[in-house]
Amino acid sequence: MTAVLTVLTVVKYFGNGLVLSFQQTEVMDVLMLAVEIGMAAYIIITGFKEKKYLLALFSIIQIVMIVGFEFTEKKGIEVHDYIVLDKLSGIMVLIAGIIGSLISIYAVGYMKSYHAHHKEVKERKSFFFSVIFIFLSAMFGLVLSNHLMWIYFCWEITTFCSYLLIGYTKTDEAKHNALQALTMNVGGGLSFAAAIVILGTKFHTLELSALTSMKPNTIVLVCVFLLCLAALTKSAQLPFSSWLLGAMVAPTPSSALLHSATMVKAGVYLIIRLAPLLGESVVGRVMTLIGAVTFLACSMMAITPHDAKKVLAYSTIANLGLIVMCASVGTQESLWAAILLVIFHAVSKSLMFLTVGSIENVIGSRNIENMNVLMQVSRGLSIALIIGICGMFLAPFGMLISKWVAMKSFIDSKNILIVVILAYGSAATMFYWGKWLGKLNCNRKPKGYEKKMELRKDEKAPIFFLTAIVLVSCLGYPLASRYAIVPYLVKIFGTPPVIPIGTGDQILMVLMIFMVSMLVLVPMGHVPTGLFPKRRETPIYMAGENSGDDQHFIGSFGIERKSDLSNWYMEEVLNTKKITFWCNIVSVTLLGAGMILLIGRWGM
Amino acid sequence: MNSNKKSPWVLHYDATSCNGCDIEVLASFTPVHDLERFGVVNTGDPRHADILLITGSVNQQSIPVIKQLYEQMPDPKAVVAVGICATSGGIFKDCYNVVGGVDKVLPVDVYVPGCAARPQAIIDGILKAASILEEKEKALKER
Amino acid sequence: MLAIKVILIIILTPLAGGLLVGFDRMISARMQGRQGPPVLQPFYDVWKLLSKETIEVNRFHRFYVYLSLMFIILTAVVMFSGGDILLAIFILSLGAMFFTLGGYASWSPYSVVGAERELLQMMAYEPMMFIVAAGLYYVSNSFFVRDIINLEKPAIVYLPAIFVGLVYILPFKLRKSPFDLSVSEEANQEVIQGISTEYSGRALAAIEVTHWYETIIALGFVYVFFAANSTLSRVLAVLVCLIVYLFEMIVDNSTVRVRWQKALSSAWIVSGVLGIVNLTILSFFNF
Repeated sequence: MTAVLTVLTVVKYFGNGLVLSFQQTEVMDVLMLAVEIGMAAYIIITGFKEKKYLLALFSIIQIVMIVGFEFTEKKGIEVHDYIVLDKLSGIMVLIAGIIGSLISIYAVGYMKSYHAHHKEVKERKSFFFSVIFIFLSAMFGLVLSNHLMWIYFCWEITTFCSYLLIGYTKTDEAKHNALQALTMNVGGGLSFAAAIVILGTKFHTLELSALTSMKPNTIVLVCVFLLCLAALTKSAQLPFSSWLLGAMVAPTPSSALLHSATMVKAGVYLIIRLAPLLGESVVGRVMTLIGAVTFLACSMMAITPHDAKKVLAYSTIANLGLIVMCASVGTQESLWAAILLVIFHAVSKSLMFLTVGSIENVIGSRNIENMNVLMQVSRGLSIALIIGICGMFLAPFGMLISKWVAMKSFIDSKNILIVVILAYGSAATMFYWGKWLGKLNCNRKPKGYEKKMELRKDEKAPIFFLTAIVLVSCLGYPLASRYAIVPYLVKIFGTPPVIPIGTGDQILMVLMIFMVSMLVLVPMGHVPTGLFPKRRETPIYMAGENSGDDQHFIGSFGIERKSDLSNWYMEEVLNTKKITFWCNIVSVTLLGAGMILLIGRWGM
Repeated sequence: MNSNKKSPWVLHYDATSCNGCDIEVLASFTPVHDLERFGVVNTGDPRHADILLITGSVNQQSIPVIKQLYEQMPDPKAVVAVGICATSGGIFKDCYNVVGGVDKVLPVDVYVPGCAARPQAIIDGILKAASILEEKEKALKER
Repeated sequence: MLAIKVILIIILTPLAGGLLVGFDRMISARMQGRQGPPVLQPFYDVWKLLSKETIEVNRFHRFYVYLSLMFIILTAVVMFSGGDILLAIFILSLGAMFFTLGGYASWSPYSVVGAERELLQMMAYEPMMFIVAAGLYYVSNSFFVRDIINLEKPAIVYLPAIFVGLVYILPFKLRKSPFDLSVSEEANQEVIQGISTEYSGRALAAIEVTHWYETIIALGFVYVFFAANSTLSRVLAVLVCLIVYLFEMIVDNSTVRVRWQKALSSAWIVSGVLGIVNLTILSFFNF
């Protein structure tokens, strides 16, 4: 239902955009303030109860600032455009609406299976769904608002929903991770509030569109820096990435919705909006480097985990780092790449999360090592997952196109370090997706293997739709580019549009799509047509000691042994704790340097 | 003249050999004797090989292994029994564990006697096997 | 006109590749004091493989090899008709990924180990390929090969360090020591035949032909560094390609295979250092 409404709204207003102004906003403002104070009170009390004093401190400062601001300075500020639906918002609304609805449908079936498996978790399904719907509305509000206070309000609501969902299972680990997420995001909210206060006091405006069209003098840059800091926490960039990794204990629909497709996109959405002010400025450079460090570090760390959801989490953070890099470079080309990356990543990642959730239900484990039976156990699931993985890094799927354009724009911007980092990060990306893909391609028929549970129809349908969307989007991205992205960029930059990829290349892309689609014919090899001559089948080569079923071989003393094959995880080479530690230090240094430079300029 | 004669690839398997014939086989690939000038490559993989070079006699434990290796080789294929042990059991013929020569298990095409067989004889054997391969291929094509 | 060009590329490239591989075996043999096979030996090998029976482990794994061959042909067409070099790199990695997946699809111990090593090799040489593309773009302001080879001065003048890096990772692509971790030309490797363990007959012939294409494409990258506007430079570029190939042969015959940790770390360090140094110096020249 939501999806249909979303599509209708976007289609209707897409052409000219929509700008809404409200006159009597007093009631809205008071209501929002009341909800904010309520949330803050809950957070402060929780903070004191769980001895997380930092959390309580953040929240106290934040709410004092906002309330104080509300009752003093804000009286004199006129806000004209409250809700703006331009092309970028349209894209975000489509993403949130369509993917959100598909995930909600999926969640219905998933939660039933989840509670059948995890009997120890108390069933609060209605709570779960209400939080998800509140979250979706907050997401819509976030991307549609132009009034910074309203964006802030929706921002805080998404934080709160995330906290509630992570702590859903109420285990100790879940509670701890939820509080960690809450602390970091509230810290980000604090930064956001500070930005609003400064902006309102000094410039007497609270509109995002006004902010982005200002000249980048120092105070504006300070506000932008604070807003970017908030975006960094929301999008789990270094040094704030630990909350997203911990958030994987939540049930899969919330991981899919919040922590890959929509909520973390809110942060990068803000950065994309602020892009005209980034670029060559101090803030822009700092953000680019932070995005780069995150991308490289998390791509390498994604090689180590066995748990599929952890791999997806690291990959999400890495891709968000890439989007931050592209958005902060600030040129027209790189923004094109950034927006395309947002679309493709949201679609592919949510598909993968949903599939992993179903896989957990079907084979009872999230460990990648156990997924080699998947092709025989549930062919549809493995194909969906394969398409999702391919969508993340293979040509001619969308992510590759975006990476290509990103590479071009980075080289154009003459920033050598990020070109090199993009090269290394992409190489690492190829490794961990490749080995997962290989594991899924194993056609081993397991002896005496029993499925834990059948795949439900209400899980199958959303997965199927999302797979179709992934395929369609990779074919249809030129349309999106022509009708949505390029006009948005022209409006922002005021220069004639830039077509990053020539038509000759596009023909090649179509050719490649055709060839890759032949891959889909691979499982059809099972269909006994008369076309392929019967080939002689032999067991695999095990130095002649194959005991006949391809899984056991005859070892010394004539004892039959099982052959076990596993992927490389490179844990000795890539020590996650060490890498995280050093990269945190690097990113904190970068942020600190940025702050010092800004303050230095302010003082001058 | 067909392709099999030009590029016979060899899989060398040591059944129960004393390693004498094996060393001579390896010596045939070294600079003085140089089997590679005939296009022969010593692969380790039965699926890549045309000729199965077996040294040493056959005992109970190696029968299934030899059969499996032979089965995993693609047609047309040839078997060369190198050394007198592979031909008929050699001096170990009456031992309790020795079944006999390779022809107790597989159809052998070329016998290369000797203890240890000389590299020149081995090369001769391999090339004879290559011509036999050529005939087998012709027979396959006609079928 | 274009169709004829494409067909010529598709046919001539493997012929040239096969000849080069044949010369490689002959010269390596002479270096070792042997006579060596005839120069046309690779063609005899492929001819023989085509007439052998193709046996398989399951229905799927041969498919990947043919897909990989198709993508390599596409790369050769893109690159040698003057197309976009970055696109060529992407398609090349796509083809290599399919080859790796074929290794996984048979799920035999040796081919899986070979496939993991192949993925590792890809991870090791990808950064340098991107840096090469970036460097060439800096110099010529375009990714298209036809623009790069039409410059006034050949790209090597501005990108010497990157060229050294390219030569360092060339053994990965040519499947030679010290980086022939996954599947190699010699017999009796550590992992039997690595990825190509479970292939025979036509599929193996396809792998061999893919290798020929890969060799010529790798040398194509070397060519792009030396070619410029004048015909003399183009001839010189071909000569340099042959010299580089000879150099790689010598390296192949004199080094041993390194462990994977060393392969990965050395490739990454070399690419990073050389790439950053060269590009930084280049950026001072205001391109």
